[in-house]
Amino acid sequence: MKKRFAKLGLAGKIVVLGIYLVFMVFPLYWMIITSLKPRNEIFTLPLQYWPKKISFENYVQIFKISKFHVYLGNSLFISLVAAAIVLLVTILSGYVLARFSFRGSGQLMMAFFVTQMIPLFIGFSTLYMMMSKMGLLNKQASLILMYTVGLVPFCTIMLRGFFQRIPASLEEAAMIDGCSRLGALYRVIVPIMMPGISATFIFAFVQNWNELFMAIMFIDRESSKTLPVAMNSFITKFDIDWGSMSAATVLSVVPTVVLFAICQRFIVEGLTQGAVKG
Amino acid sequence: MKLFRLNRTQTFIFLCLLPTILLVFGFTYYPIVKGIDVAFRNYSLFNLSDVRYIGMDNFKTVTSSAQFGTILKNTALWVSISLVLQFVIGFGVALLMRRSFRGRGVYQGFVFYSWALSGFLIGIIWRWLFNGQIGVVNDLLLKMGLISERIGFLSDPKWAMFSVIVANVWYGVAFFAIMLLAALQSVPSELYEAAEIDGAGSFGQLRHVTIPYIMPTIISTTALRVIWIFNFPDLIYGMTNGGPAGSTHILTTYMLDKIVFSGDYGQASAIGIICIAILVLFTTFYLFATRAGKAGDF
Repeated sequence: MKKRFAKLGLAGKIVVLGIYLVFMVFPLYWMIITSLKPRNEIFTLPLQYWPKKISFENYVQIFKISKFHVYLGNSLFISLVAAAIVLLVTILSGYVLARFSFRGSGQLMMAFFVTQMIPLFIGFSTLYMMMSKMGLLNKQASLILMYTVGLVPFCTIMLRGFFQRIPASLEEAAMIDGCSRLGALYRVIVPIMMPGISATFIFAFVQNWNELFMAIMFIDRESSKTLPVAMNSFITKFDIDWGSMSAATVLSVVPTVVLFAICQRFIVEGLTQGAVKG
Repeated sequence: MKLFRLNRTQTFIFLCLLPTILLVFGFTYYPIVKGIDVAFRNYSLFNLSDVRYIGMDNFKTVTSSAQFGTILKNTALWVSISLVLQFVIGFGVALLMRRSFRGRGVYQGFVFYSWALSGFLIGIIWRWLFNGQIGVVNDLLLKMGLISERIGFLSDPKWAMFSVIVANVWYGVAFFAIMLLAALQSVPSELYEAAEIDGAGSFGQLRHVTIPYIMPTIISTTALRVIWIFNFPDLIYGMTNGGPAGSTHILTTYMLDKIVFSGDYGQASAIGIICIAILVLFTTFYLFATRAGKAGDF
């Protein structure tokens, strides 16, 4: 009797997890399938759940009607550079906040948390003026700067969590052997933390790659546009061309999904450990 | 000698924190504080020569607009329904995935990837799925015989809010599933063994062992999530841009609308301050309620 219940339970579990899998995969599947249909087939009924003929004309089209390669390059460049700067800055701050407790350190952590809760649009008018005064409007530097700013608090918190898991005795030993603290940090601690640091880097990269609103605010020149800004100008047109739209969406989504699939274990670990233990 | 060393350490701490502090305070807190000032000014992109103080006028204009009631209602629906469904489904999935099975890692990659997408792109993807003429959702519902004619999910104000919430649930389940799965795996197995010896069935174990043990995670993740969903205009922006006829605006998309389309930073900041007030009230109340609940338990 009990055994039969167990079997029933297992079957139920498989069915439920299966339904959830379909629910999660189908939207992306549909976008990919749409992008691979010949342009006239997209708008003809009955809908084809598998294209009769696979065609890449939507992909060709998106590069023809827009400077898609420029947007791709800009997004890649800005996301990589900003993520790298974020790491340089937050390895230091995360380390210090993990190892030392001093007057104001608690308040500082709180100040970092709070930035995650405020609707940042409030500051947009001032930021726009600041960018304009610094001569950064329409320049990639504006986004590199602001993406760094946006990620520094969260990545500090995240890296602090990783540093806390590494015993301080390791760098103390290196310091007795004559390393400076900074030397110990970069030669001893950072190599051990590589999984955590990679997770933080990928997290930062994905956030930058996806960011839309600052990019709309600060960039209005074709040659500096990032992917999301370009997508935004596609959908604000009166009539959306879903053929090239689906191709553009797939191209925007693929890098982050692939990165996530490769590193999900580290990312999940990095994101959860703070919440579960704290 | 000792004093000297202490100073060196202090210098090290200071130098390490300096870039972070400059960035966060210079480019986050400073603009926000200035933005609060802007809320009390006549501050429009189209007329920057006249940025005089106008008292509470921006707040009055914003709150007395005919849409404002709908926007508040939408915000409440957006946050509460999304949160409840994301949590319930996420918790269920996490429970089913707790015990390791062959291919679990691969399965995770396929069901949790939505986390890596931007809200804006998810909005675009679902805008296509929910398309009123050739959308696949309509097609599937017709095939299953659940509807007899196509629904204008995004063009009919009756359906539009429902549709954006579905997309948001799709996006956010992964967050809860990931967090709760990690928490579930931290529950010591001895606790389950003990409960089993005491005769607890799987439901009893869930109620008396699992849920109490992961309660701190549940409380922190739901609180974070409420704030996060509240501040999440990206998806609606990509999917309906607040339409049709303003029927899917929430506070943050309304604010965005003021910035991007009307260029009225004064009113946008006023909405931002209303948002902050609501979030502060929520956080205070939530912390108070969960603490009170805990005190009652022990």
